[in-house]
Amino acid sequence: MISYDFSISPAIFYPFSPHFPPMSINKSTISHLATLARLEITPAQEKHHAAQLTRIIDLIAQMQAINTDNIPPLAHPSDTPLPLRPDRVTETDQRQTYQKIAPYTAQNLYLTPRVID
Amino acid sequence: MLHHRTIAAHAKALRRGEYSSTDLTQHYLTRIQTSPLNAYITPTPDLALKQAQAADTHLKSDPDPDQIRRPLLGIPLAHKDLFCTAGILTTCASNMLHNFIAPYTATAIQKIADAGAVMLGKTNMDEFAMGSSNETSCYGAVKNPWNPTRVPGGSSGGSAAAVAAGLAAAATATDTGGSIRQPAAFCGLTGIKPSYGRISRYGMVAFASSLDQAGVLTRTAEDAAHLLRAMCGHDPHDSTSLNQKVPDYPADLTAKTHALKGKTIGLPKQFFPHHHQKTSAHGIAPSIATAIDQAINQLQTLGAKTKIIDLPNAAAGIPCYYVLAPAEAASNLARFDGVRYGHRTEAKADQDLNQMYRQTRSQGFGEEVQRRILTGTYVLSAGYYDAYYLKAQKLRRLIADDFHRAFTDHKCDLLAGPTTPTTAFALGEKTQDPIAMYHNDIFTNAVNLAGLPAISIPAGQDENALPIGLHLIAPYLHESRLLSAAHQFQCATDWHQKTPPEQSKK
Repeated sequence: MISYDFSISPAIFYPFSPHFPPMSINKSTISHLATLARLEITPAQEKHHAAQLTRIIDLIAQMQAINTDNIPPLAHPSDTPLPLRPDRVTETDQRQTYQKIAPYTAQNLYLTPRVID
Repeated sequence: MLHHRTIAAHAKALRRGEYSSTDLTQHYLTRIQTSPLNAYITPTPDLALKQAQAADTHLKSDPDPDQIRRPLLGIPLAHKDLFCTAGILTTCASNMLHNFIAPYTATAIQKIADAGAVMLGKTNMDEFAMGSSNETSCYGAVKNPWNPTRVPGGSSGGSAAAVAAGLAAAATATDTGGSIRQPAAFCGLTGIKPSYGRISRYGMVAFASSLDQAGVLTRTAEDAAHLLRAMCGHDPHDSTSLNQKVPDYPADLTAKTHALKGKTIGLPKQFFPHHHQKTSAHGIAPSIATAIDQAINQLQTLGAKTKIIDLPNAAAGIPCYYVLAPAEAASNLARFDGVRYGHRTEAKADQDLNQMYRQTRSQGFGEEVQRRILTGTYVLSAGYYDAYYLKAQKLRRLIADDFHRAFTDHKCDLLAGPTTPTTAFALGEKTQDPIAMYHNDIFTNAVNLAGLPAISIPAGQDENALPIGLHLIAPYLHESRLLSAAHQFQCATDWHQKTPPEQSKK
C-alpha cells in the first residue's frame, strides 16, 4: 500500500494531489443533478453551483492518491449485522396523528397535484 | 453567577432549598427573552414552568435529599432543534420545516424528560446540521457570547451559545463531523460525542445516518456524565442503537482504573503541525499550538505518558467525509417533498407532482443544503459511484484502522490534539468559501468516520480571550475513560470555569 504524505502547507490547508486532473462541473451537469434531486435551480444559480461544485470535486478527488486496493468498504462504524425482531405486528394506527400536520388530506388520503405520464 | 452554575451545583442547591426549580427556570427564561445572541428558535416557557413545578413537588417529597439519586430533576436544559419534540415546533433551522409540529418525541429527549429535567426550548443550529458556524440557519446566525461579532461554531451553535451565556444549564446537541466539539471549543464548553450507537437516533432528524450521533454541551465533564447516563441505552426503535449496558458514567469519573497516572496519550503527528513540519508553526493558530502544548504538559503532570504516533490517513478525512456525508444527506433529505409534512409550495392550476416537488424543495432548502444535496447526488450517480462513494467507504476503513492501530498496536489509551485549527472566526468570514468552512472539521470528522467517542474541553484562550479546546479521543465504547480524563484535567485547571462578558439587548 502506498502511503501518501499529507503534509500541511501554509498556502492551502488540504493536500494537493497531482495524480488526478480536476473535474470540471458545468451548468448542464448541475441541471442534470437538479433533475435527479428534484431541485429547481435557476440559470444564474447554475453558474454559481457549478463553480462551487468544481472546487468540491477537486477536494474529494484527492482521495484517489491513496491506494485502497483490496480494502473492504466500511459502510457503518459499528459493522454489526442488522438486528432482527419477531415477525409480529407492533405498530398501531397513527393516521390521525400523522395526517393532522399534512398540507392537504381528504378521506384519509394525502392529496398531491396530478402525476403526468 | 446562578445561571453559570453546573448541573451538579444546581442539584445540591435545589435539595438544600436555596432556590426552587420554578425560580431557576424563570430566571433562565427571562435571560432568554432579553438575550441578543439568537441562540433559541422556540423557547417553551409554559411547558418549562409546568415541568419545573412538577420537579419541585418531587424535590419536596424526596425522602433522602443528601443522596442525589436523580441529578437531572428540575434542571433547566435546552434541546437542539434537530430533535423531535411532540407538540412543539421542530424546524431544524430550515424553511422546509418552518411549520412542522413534531408528532412524537425523540427517544434521547424523552429519556431526559423522564429523568425530571426541564425543557427551556429548542435551540438554533445550522440548517439540517450542515455547517460549522451556525450561519446557514433560516432564522439567522447565532452570535458567540465571547464576542458577538464572531461565530459560536456549528452546527450546534445555538446550544453552545445558550450554555456559554447562561441561558441553560446544559444542552443537547448532535455531531456528524464535529458539530458538538467544534462549538464547544469556540464557546469554552465541554462537548462530548459518545460512540456511534450509544444514544438512539430515533426522533433525531437524520443528516448522515452512519455519522450522526447525539451528545451534550455542558460546563463540565461531570455534568456530561450525568446527562449521558440518562440519554444512552438500547432503543428498539433505532436499529443502529447498541445493545450494551450503560456504564455508571458519574461513578466512573473517579474510578481508579481511569486515573491518568500511567496512561499513555497518543499525540498524532497530523494534529501537531507545529512540531512535525519543516517550517515553523502553520496549519493551526499559534495561540492554539501553545495552549495545546501546555494542556499536554498538564496531562503529563497528572501522570500520563505521551507517545507520538502516526495517523497516516487522517488528513484524508476531509475528502472522505465530504463524499459520504453529502451522499447520505441527499438520500435522507429526499423525504422532504411537501407531501406529508413540512413546507409545500403554493398550489397552482397547471402544476404537476414533479413541479410541486422541485418548487417545494427549492423554496424549503437553503443554499448550503442544496449544495450538499447536489454533491451527494453527483457522487452517487451512475458512472461516479465507484470513483467517489465506494472509494470513500474504503478510505473510511483505512481511517478507522489507523485509530484502531493507535489504540492496540501502539497501546495508546487516549489520543489528544487541538479540537479546531483556529479560534472563533468572524461572522461572514467563510460563508462564501465552502471549502474553507469544511476545513474547520479537520481534526474532528475522522472521529465520526470511525464511530469513536471524543470530547472537547476548554484548555486556554487566545490573545483576544477567545476559548481554545483540547480534543480527546477514546477507543470505541470507552466514554468512561474519556470523561474521567476530562474530569481529572478540570480538577487541576480552571479554563472551564471562565465565563464570557454579559451581552445585553440594545
